[in-house]
Amino acid sequence: MQVLFFYLVAFVAVASGLLVVTCKSPVNSALALVNTFFCLAIFYVMLHAPFMAAIQIMVYAGAIMVLILFVIMLLNLGVETMKKTTHTVWGIVAGSLVMMLTFFFIKRGQPANISGPITNEVVESVGHTQLIGKHIFVDFLLPFEITSILLLVAIVGAVILAKKEV
Amino acid sequence: MITVNHYLVVSAILFSLGTFGVLTRRNAIVIFMCIELMLNAVNLTFIALSNHLGNMDGQVFVFFVMTVAAAEAAVGLALMISFFRNRESIEVDDISLLKW
Repeated sequence: MQVLFFYLVAFVAVASGLLVVTCKSPVNSALALVNTFFCLAIFYVMLHAPFMAAIQIMVYAGAIMVLILFVIMLLNLGVETMKKTTHTVWGIVAGSLVMMLTFFFIKRGQPANISGPITNEVVESVGHTQLIGKHIFVDFLLPFEITSILLLVAIVGAVILAKKEV
Repeated sequence: MITVNHYLVVSAILFSLGTFGVLTRRNAIVIFMCIELMLNAVNLTFIALSNHLGNMDGQVFVFFVMTVAAAEAAVGLALMISFFRNRESIEVDDISLLKW
């Protein structure tokens, strides 16, 4: 049952990923991308990471995609820019090369069979949010603070770049 | 039984699709969305391996990747708006100012 569900979600994820790449209108691509994000959130729930699933939906499907859709509608692109691709053959060649390379890695390498302290039972008894919070605010405190500076710089950069006289 | 390899294969397919889109599309916003697709494929790898190894570090890394993606979205879209204001187009073929 779970395997069947996995294949269903994987099929939907790959199909909407294909739609992102091939759709004519950017708005359709954006909606297909939202669909892919939801499928990935389902995968995160299946991998016992419910907090990451919630963050995926709120930050990616909520905030970032709204930003992208907002810019698409703000620019109001005409029909003539919709279906234009470049170097299609080389793109297919390079994409299949990347796919072959990654499949080669997956086929030849075996993931190590180390089982660390965070098993599924621990996640279910302690709570995923608490575990993530402990890791971020204890072990990764300095990267977390640097991330806040990164976001501040991004805000300033976006405001300056979107000003009138640039 | 779903193994970690299943998730890795899905993530590899999504990553290659994103690569294909980045290389072939000409609309800068669609290229941007393909980059987001690639970032998400890598996030899926991180969480699958983190669950497989019983280690939380991968999920914290996904957290940081999401932050960087948000910052990238803000700055990149501001760049596109200012480029569109100057050139009336967001096709990557027109972005040739730095081309030698």
